[in-house]
Amino acid sequence: MIQLTRVSKEYPRRGPALTDVSFRVAKGEFAFLTGHSGSGKSTTLRLIHMAERPTYGEVRVSGFSSEHTSPRDLWKVRRRVGFVFQDFRLLPGRTALENVAFALEVTGTPRKLLGPRAQRLLAQVGLAPKSGALVHELSGGEQQRVGVARALANEPVVLLADEPTGNLDERASRGILDLFLELNAAGMAVLMATHDLELVRTHPRARVLELDQGRLVFDSTGRREEAP
Amino acid sequence: MSYALREALAAFRRAPVLTGLASAMVGMALLVLGLFGLVAYNLQRSLADLEERVEVVAYLRDDVRTDQIETTVARLREIPQVQGVQYVTKERALERAREEFPDFHSVYADLETNPLPASLEVSLLDGARSQEAVESIAEAAAAFPFVEEVTYGREWVQPLFTLRRVALVAAAVVGAVFALVAALIIGTALRIAIFARRDEIYIMRLVGARDGFIRRPFLLEGAFAGLLGGLLAVALTGAVHWGVNVLLDFRVAWIPLPWIVAGVAGGMAFGLIASALSVRRHLREVA
Repeated sequence: MIQLTRVSKEYPRRGPALTDVSFRVAKGEFAFLTGHSGSGKSTTLRLIHMAERPTYGEVRVSGFSSEHTSPRDLWKVRRRVGFVFQDFRLLPGRTALENVAFALEVTGTPRKLLGPRAQRLLAQVGLAPKSGALVHELSGGEQQRVGVARALANEPVVLLADEPTGNLDERASRGILDLFLELNAAGMAVLMATHDLELVRTHPRARVLELDQGRLVFDSTGRREEAP
Repeated sequence: MSYALREALAAFRRAPVLTGLASAMVGMALLVLGLFGLVAYNLQRSLADLEERVEVVAYLRDDVRTDQIETTVARLREIPQVQGVQYVTKERALERAREEFPDFHSVYADLETNPLPASLEVSLLDGARSQEAVESIAEAAAAFPFVEEVTYGREWVQPLFTLRRVALVAAAVVGAVFALVAALIIGTALRIAIFARRDEIYIMRLVGARDGFIRRPFLLEGAFAGLLGGLLAVALTGAVHWGVNVLLDFRVAWIPLPWIVAGVAGGMAFGLIASALSVRRHLREVA
C-alpha cells in the first residue's frame, strides 16, 4: 500500500530532512510515525502524498510510483490517499457540511448528491448533528472530525494524518484516535504522525515507526525493508 | 450552475474594479480594431464602387474620320480585358456636361463652338482592372495618331489603397499596444483572484481535483472579461459611428454583422488565451 525504498530528501537551504528511509505499510495496517519535532515525520507524509518528490529513492503509494507519476496525474494519487492536518485547514466562513461538500464537488460528485453524501460522511465521523454549524462555532475536536470527513470524501484506501491531535485536548485526541482505529478496522490503512507518546502507548498493539534526525531508528514490528 | 461558472462570476463581485479595468482594456484594443473596421469597410465599399468606374477614355482630335473611329473601336474590342467600347460624339459630350453640371448651364448655352472633344470610352471586364491591364490598354489607345489624350482612373484609386494599408498598420500597432496592456491587466486580475482563493485551491489539490477543474473558473473569468470588452468595443464603435453620421453629418456605413460577431468572439478568445497564459504560473505561486 505504502512503500518507501531508500528515500532521502534534501532541501537546498535546510540540508537533509530524510536519509535512507525504507519501510512498508500494508493494506489495512495501522501505524504511528513518531519522533521529535524536525525528525522528518511531516516530510515523510508529504512524500507519500506526493506533495514533494524524494531526492533519492522511491515512494510507492497504492500502485503509483514517485518516479513515474507525472504532476498531471497527481490527482489520482490524492483521491486514494486522504490527508488530515494538525491545523484542520477547513474553509472559514462555511459550515461543516459545506466544507465536506466542497471536497465532493471539486472531485466530480453530481450536485444533487452533494448534500446527502456530505451528510453521510459527517455521520460517519459522529458529527451529523452539527453539520449546519459554521466552522468557527465548532470545538477543535469537532473541527478535526470535519477534516477527517473531508479526507474520506473520495473513499481513500490510505489515510495520512500529520499530528492530528496536536491542537486537541486529551479527550478529543482519544476520540480522534478511536475514529482512526474504526476506519482502520473497516479496512483503511492509516499512518498517523505524532509526537504524543502517551497517545501511542494507549494502543500498544499498533505498529510504531520512529524517526530521529531524518533516519528510521525504530520499527516495532522489527521488519526491515531491504534495499533491492 | 456549474462550479466553474459560479466561481468565475463570483470573481467579478470579488474584484469588480480590476475585472472592469481588464474588460475596458480589451474593449479599447477592440475599439481600435472596430474603428479600423469602420474605415476599412467604408473604404472597401468606395474602392469597389470606384473600381467599377475605372475605364480608359481616349479623347479624339476633331479632324478624325469615321472610318478611323470604326477601325479603332474594332481594334480595342479585340483586347481580351475589354468589355466594350463606346463612341461618344462631341455633341453627346456637351449634352452630358449640361446634365452633370447644371450650374454651368448658361456657360454651355452661350458657346459658339463646342469645345468638348469626341471620345472612346473603354470599359473593362470584372477582375481585369489591374494597374497593368489599364496601362496597357491606355498605351494601345494612345498609339493611334488621332488620339489626343488618354485618361484612366487608376492614378487616383491607388492612393486609396495606400490609405487603407496605412490605416491597417496604424490600427495593428495601436491595437497591439492596447492588447498587451489588456493581457497584463487580465493576468493581474487572475493573480488576485487566485490569491484570494488560495485556501480553496489548496484544498482542491489536497482532495484530488483535476488541474483542469482548478483552472477552469479562472479561464472563464478571462473569457468573460474578453466578452465584456468585445461588447464594450461594439458599443463604443457604434457611438463613434453615430457621432460621425449624426453630429458630423458624414454618411458612413455600419460594419457588417459577421465582422461584429468575429470581433466579439475574438475578444472572448483573447481573454481566454491571456488567462491561460497566466493562470498556470500564478497557480504555481500558491502551490
